[in-house]
Amino acid sequence: MATIQTPLEPKKAPVIEPGHSFASVTDKISSIVLKRPVTYGWVGGFLIAFLIVQVMLFAMGYLFIKGVGIWGVNIPIGWGFAIVNFVWWIGIGHAGTLISAILALLRQSWRNSINRFAEAMTLFAVACAGLFPVLHTGRPWLAYWLFPYPNTMNYWPQFRSPLVWDVFAVSTYATTSLLFWFIGLIPDLATLRDRSTNKFVKIVFGLLAMGWRGSARHWSRYETAYLLLAGLATPLVLSVHTVVSFDFAIGIVPGWHTTIFPPYFVAGAIYSGFAMVLVLAIPIRKFYDVGDFITERHLENSAMVMLATGLIVAYGYAFEAFMNWYGGNPYEGFLRWNRLHGPYAPWYLGLLFFNIILPQILWIRKFRTNPTWLFLISLDVLAGMWLERFIIVVVSLHRDFLTSSWGMYYPTRWDWAIFIGTLGMFSAAMFLFVRLLPMISIFEIRTLLPEAEVKHK
Amino acid sequence: MKRDPIYGLLAEFDTPTAIVQAAERTHEAGYRKIDAYSPFPIEELAEAIGFHRNGVAPVVLVGGILGCLTGYAMQWWISTVSYPVNVGGRPLHSWPAFVIVTFELTILFSVLAATFGMLALNGLPMPYHPVFNVPRFEFVTKDKFFLIVFSSDPKYDAVKTRAFLESLGPHSISEVPS
Repeated sequence: MATIQTPLEPKKAPVIEPGHSFASVTDKISSIVLKRPVTYGWVGGFLIAFLIVQVMLFAMGYLFIKGVGIWGVNIPIGWGFAIVNFVWWIGIGHAGTLISAILALLRQSWRNSINRFAEAMTLFAVACAGLFPVLHTGRPWLAYWLFPYPNTMNYWPQFRSPLVWDVFAVSTYATTSLLFWFIGLIPDLATLRDRSTNKFVKIVFGLLAMGWRGSARHWSRYETAYLLLAGLATPLVLSVHTVVSFDFAIGIVPGWHTTIFPPYFVAGAIYSGFAMVLVLAIPIRKFYDVGDFITERHLENSAMVMLATGLIVAYGYAFEAFMNWYGGNPYEGFLRWNRLHGPYAPWYLGLLFFNIILPQILWIRKFRTNPTWLFLISLDVLAGMWLERFIIVVVSLHRDFLTSSWGMYYPTRWDWAIFIGTLGMFSAAMFLFVRLLPMISIFEIRTLLPEAEVKHK
Repeated sequence: MKRDPIYGLLAEFDTPTAIVQAAERTHEAGYRKIDAYSPFPIEELAEAIGFHRNGVAPVVLVGGILGCLTGYAMQWWISTVSYPVNVGGRPLHSWPAFVIVTFELTILFSVLAATFGMLALNGLPMPYHPVFNVPRFEFVTKDKFFLIVFSSDPKYDAVKTRAFLESLGPHSISEVPS
């Protein structure tokens, strides 16, 4: 498919650098897992992440002994860091599903290079997210009470509660993400099985690949199943953050009780998720020399998605403020005043700067295509989106209807230890992932090559 | 019954175009028990070997319907029969509140049906298969394409079938021991 480049069209970077064949693609990606020696950089990075995981485990152990009293949560701010971090992590996960499912349905072939590690990112982010509500229940060892199962207490969950909806949404999302990721891996696991020379490695990949042999009948069913999974994951991912936003929107607290939450939460989720994709893609591209597959085009496209979803988020902020004024409700009006002038005003202004103002430099192409700048802006967006959840959870709760029930929220060192601990857990899992599994989908890259096209007589 | 010591004849090709044309010609020649192997999905290849309906979609539909019914029935039974909670006299069968869990279970059951249905229809996991005995077959997960005529095909004949496959211009032909 030769496209004619008119001189007026800006030249776009290719999805794959030219000069690759089926064999070179296979060798390049599989050698990262099979042949590449373990470097000091990897060991060092993994060890730091692993140490942070130990800090988290220690903090969690102490939490199990003492209870949630070691956290800064108290009335009126009963949700605190646990829910802030839950919403932040699950939002990050959404970009992985967007890339793997929605962009697959839209036939955006550039997603083939980044879907595998974006899906892994989803999986690990959902794992981090899932920890928080479970720990926040106070008696995490009884978390299975959230599921409907016949029990001697003669008790069932309350299906009119958004918190129960959330259990179903998040557990379905975690299951779907895992299966979608695993199904996508099967042909590549077979590639690794056939390429490896070590007997033990061959057996492990052989078991995981389940005897995949690339039969045309298998591929046909595989493609149908993959397409259907993409079609199912698309409404699912939109529903998950909608349900998360219901946790707030169904409540009557000013700052929560608003109908704009579902779309604005979904946009925010994709915004922070693409930021995390870039935070991962840029170093992976640099240290693993896969710039052939994750090209400037991918970085620029991700930056454009970030810019677009960021503007939807900005629209959400604007309309939230507008409705606070236009609705004429004194408590909503006070919320707007309190955000700008109350004790958390610096946080709110920081949020506006991080999430709305700074990312606007992505309008300039030079910043969109410069990895260093993109990396910094992505970190800025991640921080901004974390602040957004902090503002929604904490600032809404800290001053509601009665002045007698106002309060302040002070996170303790245990709040921070578990939050930073999940960052370590996420990084440690990513470190293991890039060395143990093909981080770029080999078979989907093969289909992008010009030689993959069947020429008709 | 004595098993045929030969499972089939495996011909190796270098390009997607070559394998699709070879598969088409083999199917035209009247061979029906054939299969093709490739390192990535080729839509035309399944068509060429005469495989038109893969049966995954109905399985997923059944899964989705089951999930939908399970989700709604569970909530209805719990909220009205087993554990009715009277909240200010509001209806026990409050269907709008049940929509979300019904939706999530529809998706969950469909996803499970798609994943495990696809694997079951494909007969996976199947760690051993006779084609793995051919040493060259490991390149099917890299850059080579294979066409097999199974010895169970009524038209199969050790000499004639080999001659026919050779006429397709393959890279090589190997016998697959069963």
